[in-house]
Amino acid sequence: MYDMKALYEAESVQHAVQLRLEHPEAQIIAGGSDVLVQMREGKRAGKELISIYMIDAMRGVSLDEDENIRIGSLTSFSHITRDPIIQKYINVLGEAVDQVGSPQIRNIGTIGGNTCNGVTSADSASTLHAWEAIVELTGVNGIRRIPIKDFYIKAGVVDIRADEGEIQTAILIPKASYENTFGHYIKYGMRNAMEIASLGCSVNVRLSADKQTIDRCRIAYGVAGPVPMRAPSAEAVANGSAMTEEMVNEFALSVLSDINPRDSWRASKAFRQHIAVEMARRALIESIHRAGGEIK
Amino acid sequence: MSQYKVVHCNINGKDVEKVVDVRASLTDMLRNEYHLTSVKKGCEVGECGACNVLIDGEAFNSCIYLAVWAEGKHIRTLEGLEGPNGELSDIQQAFIDETAIQCGFCTPGFIMTAVEILETGKEYTDEELRKLLSGHLCRCTGYENILRAVRKTMYKRLGKEVPAVSIQNPQ
Amino acid sequence: MIVGRRETRVDGYDKATGRTKYYEDRMPANALYVRIKHSEIAHGFVKSVDASAAEKIPGVVKVLTCFDVPDIPFATAGHPWSMDPGHQDTADRHLLNQHVRYWGDDVAVVIAENEVAANQGVRALKVEYEELPFVLDVQKAMEDGAPQIHDEFPNNILKHTTNIKGNYEEAIKEEGLIKVEGWYETPTVQHAHIENHGCFAYMENGRIVVVASTQIPHIIRRIVGQALCRPWGDIEIIKPYIGGGFGNKQDALYEPLCAWCTTQVGGRPVRIDCSREETFVSNRVRHAIRYHIVTWVRKDGKIAARKVDVFSNQGAYASHGHSIAAKGLNAFPQHYPCPVYEGNAWTVYTNRPAAGAMRGYGMPQASFADEANIDDCAIAVGMDPMEFRRLNIMPKGFHDNFSGNTNYYDTYRECMAKGAEIIDYERKRREYGHDTGNIRRGIGLATFWYNTAVYPISLETSSNRMQLNLDGTVTMQCGETEIGQGADTAYAQMTAQAIGLKSYKDVHVISCQDTDITPTGTGAYASRQTYVVGFSIRQTADLLREKILKYASDLTRQAVYNMDIVDGNIIRKEDKLVLMSLKELAMTAQYNPVHSEHITAESTYTIRNNAYSFGCTFVEVEVDIAMCKAQVTRIVNVHDCGKVINPALAEAQVHGGQSMAIGFGLSEQLIFDEKTGKPLNNNLLDYKLSTFMDHPHLEGYFIENPEPTSPFGTKSLGEPPACSPAAAIRNAILNATGVAINRIPINPHVLFAELSKAGLIHDCWLDKEGK
Repeated sequence: MYDMKALYEAESVQHAVQLRLEHPEAQIIAGGSDVLVQMREGKRAGKELISIYMIDAMRGVSLDEDENIRIGSLTSFSHITRDPIIQKYINVLGEAVDQVGSPQIRNIGTIGGNTCNGVTSADSASTLHAWEAIVELTGVNGIRRIPIKDFYIKAGVVDIRADEGEIQTAILIPKASYENTFGHYIKYGMRNAMEIASLGCSVNVRLSADKQTIDRCRIAYGVAGPVPMRAPSAEAVANGSAMTEEMVNEFALSVLSDINPRDSWRASKAFRQHIAVEMARRALIESIHRAGGEIK
Repeated sequence: MSQYKVVHCNINGKDVEKVVDVRASLTDMLRNEYHLTSVKKGCEVGECGACNVLIDGEAFNSCIYLAVWAEGKHIRTLEGLEGPNGELSDIQQAFIDETAIQCGFCTPGFIMTAVEILETGKEYTDEELRKLLSGHLCRCTGYENILRAVRKTMYKRLGKEVPAVSIQNPQ
Repeated sequence: MIVGRRETRVDGYDKATGRTKYYEDRMPANALYVRIKHSEIAHGFVKSVDASAAEKIPGVVKVLTCFDVPDIPFATAGHPWSMDPGHQDTADRHLLNQHVRYWGDDVAVVIAENEVAANQGVRALKVEYEELPFVLDVQKAMEDGAPQIHDEFPNNILKHTTNIKGNYEEAIKEEGLIKVEGWYETPTVQHAHIENHGCFAYMENGRIVVVASTQIPHIIRRIVGQALCRPWGDIEIIKPYIGGGFGNKQDALYEPLCAWCTTQVGGRPVRIDCSREETFVSNRVRHAIRYHIVTWVRKDGKIAARKVDVFSNQGAYASHGHSIAAKGLNAFPQHYPCPVYEGNAWTVYTNRPAAGAMRGYGMPQASFADEANIDDCAIAVGMDPMEFRRLNIMPKGFHDNFSGNTNYYDTYRECMAKGAEIIDYERKRREYGHDTGNIRRGIGLATFWYNTAVYPISLETSSNRMQLNLDGTVTMQCGETEIGQGADTAYAQMTAQAIGLKSYKDVHVISCQDTDITPTGTGAYASRQTYVVGFSIRQTADLLREKILKYASDLTRQAVYNMDIVDGNIIRKEDKLVLMSLKELAMTAQYNPVHSEHITAESTYTIRNNAYSFGCTFVEVEVDIAMCKAQVTRIVNVHDCGKVINPALAEAQVHGGQSMAIGFGLSEQLIFDEKTGKPLNNNLLDYKLSTFMDHPHLEGYFIENPEPTSPFGTKSLGEPPACSPAAAIRNAILNATGVAINRIPINPHVLFAELSKAGLIHDCWLDKEGK
């Protein structure tokens, strides 16, 4: 039995926005795998909740008229992994969220919840950063779309305007981002399931037509800083480069000038830095292979 | 001020409805209102899998699922697997035959996930099965015999011979 | 033969259908919730508890604090009581404590009509403390000036014992000895059974009834009586099925507090349900033990002398105390007998959670240190580790005077030979250990020493009752408990065989113990049950048989000595003629209008012996150097537990022990904040017990040398499988990488540190051969 003050069940996006304006103190709950856990811990005990879980309109993956991928915020991880559009265009996202927690957590956990709680360890977050996803927010003033890097403000804080009744309604992956692009996600955990990432690394590449050079490389991390982050120095090394072992190593080592992991009881900074380099190396190699390239 | 809601759902094939405290988890509702005590509490935060049930065919930890969300859903618990005269389903029998049960506390949750896996009708490798079953912790069995019970039932349902477990033995 | 057969569990159907009732499934609907306020400092005194806000919360019935409890210190260890005050456990805690000694100690309770009110009440309590310095490290706690945790124990030393043979200082002067020295460290880990501990209590006819998730109902009755200062006959403990115990529930956890709480609310039912977080911190943990071992080896590989210092981290309360460290201390010179041994063990209070019994009772820790050092010795003298063990390990015929145990067979060498063959040790030892790339393979082994039951340290006794039912089946009950391991099934098989029934299904084992009804037994621990209950089963079955045959003699006019019971029938021995079935006999006896008899038997058997139970583990690992990850790719345990009563259940025991030990070796550790003493990972997400994806296939094999002292030729198996894997993993990693790691768990943090120290880490980034 949860210690909640009241529960408001939203029946539609508009209803959710309205409830949000009516109950400014209330916490939004999507799948609940974070919110309910915190409520039980006492952190959010006694709060009002606005449940958006029953809004089926916010579920599912589709392509819009411009072939941008649209993922409803309430789409569960397991549905993302199984979705044919995801599998066809951005399979790495399906693979990344297939490493969240456990099968049951992947059935309840939503991509909206995963990003809205603003934590750096979210398995979807580094991949969404690496693919330059757009976050769609719906509020009383209509729809607002912002790049995911701007959505994350600081640890645990994202750009949702509660005073405008906003909720996150979708995540979009523009066609320009995913077209002809192949990637790989590596989660580093202390065990192989039921795990929170010690570090997450997502890389994707688009190769030149002759598959001899990297046209565009993007790399992003979770847990390498207070919020998910890209590693621009590393990207600069790869962009326009031929695919050699030396380049891969330089790419990997240069992430150290971008990332800023912290010391915590979960892992030391030195350990995270070391692993970050190795993950970058492995994720780039795999991405190149997936793109049909070869490392010389 | 308590807040209640009527929750209509289908549990183990039967349409039911109850007035439920909105603060209740699905575990609370199933155990306390419907006396389905196969639903166990091991952590109450979705980490152990003991409270796992199937909702519209998918496995969920009922401890972190609000009871009111069950509205309109089809819920299955271990109690729903038995035949009318207490007959066991093949997966339950396999758990017994393969010594996949020890203290029995994780067993109901495991079997329900196994049901979801088996009902896909697909054939999985041992590694895939391990991943599909990885949402349940067991401290007694080391998972070995649970894997054997699930793979045996899977192959039997597919009408295939059960291949021997391949012990990794690098040359 | 019914014993020795692969049979399904007697409780299998109920567990496969979810019908099995654990304590919470028997909960009275009107039970009040008791929630415990735990200390949020590691050491200090509670100055006051302000309950005014809590008491105003609707639904809160009562708040009780450490200032309300009776001033009766009590001991919690699940040991048989000793009439000798010198052997009694240390009574060092109250139901709620004013002097709080670890982060998570019990300060107050809120009793409420519902869960939410109880939780709100606990959050609303305002506790004022006088904070004291605290100490988490075992050796720092022994220093002069360290925080004093219990006044009666200077330098926090709960107990110090020695085990000395020969003159160590003289022995090490021998020319040409090679010194092999190491510090070995094991972590604080927790049992993490999937059912948390919990219980409920109520009063009936002026007596207290407690239904508890425990391994030891009869012992709990004694401890509840002591803690509440009530006559023991006033207490009734009921033990239903439990969701695992592994030693944590071989301790009085919250049964005494729960029993007291019901007396404070007029005997209304009250429930204490530990959360997972409480289970990790405020129940019991495994002792973290630090060992310092110096072994002196002759050039021919024989061990000349050993010195072992054991520092056992007891945590805040004595619980099982020094028994754990002492068991290991005394095992060393038996495991590898050498002419000279100097052993010291200290059990020391610290401000960590109280350490108690846990599967293996000190031997997983001791085996890790011992077997790590032995591998180092082998390397130091240039011998293969298995060869070194063959040369030094306990030989056939070895006799230990204290326990009276004899090694009747060449068990160790037989187990090693079998394991080596199964895993192809010799070849792999040649091939592995030369990898230079990023992935490196290794193979290692470790052996372990264990015994069965607690004689001669404690009382070793078991009682049981058998009743011939009217259908010719037999109902059996005893105080030794089913906790998941399959004890009831083993009892059914042994009982059926001892009486002469057709099948183990003709025995109905009453699984639930009720101290008002069940014959006295001490419960599940020390891997004792199958062995010890074997004696009382055999004895009680003989009594029952005698009664049956005597009655049969009246009916059949055959001499008792000329009859036997076979397959549920009374037969004439000479020609195997079936004279009558047990059913016919039972019906006739019961309904005989002249001489009605209900045929039952009950007896107690107290043993004064013990039995060695040995074995080994072989492990293969793959180490991904750059990722700092070690993965077990194969694990083989070989055990000599005497005759196996039920091979299916025995293998399952081995799997469970291996799994727990893989966690012990590679991933599990309860971590404390150095600044506050607060546990940081007391949940199943952050505490890394093995998941389904962290194991290879688990393989258990047996050498069945019949134990001569046991009526069924059997001996311990419950705990032994958890003893040797961690050391075998460490030794395999050593083989793979050349790096000897002397602390577990060997998780990525430890590998990063140790591989970096060895210079293996940085190369890998640019290693062209590496993958």
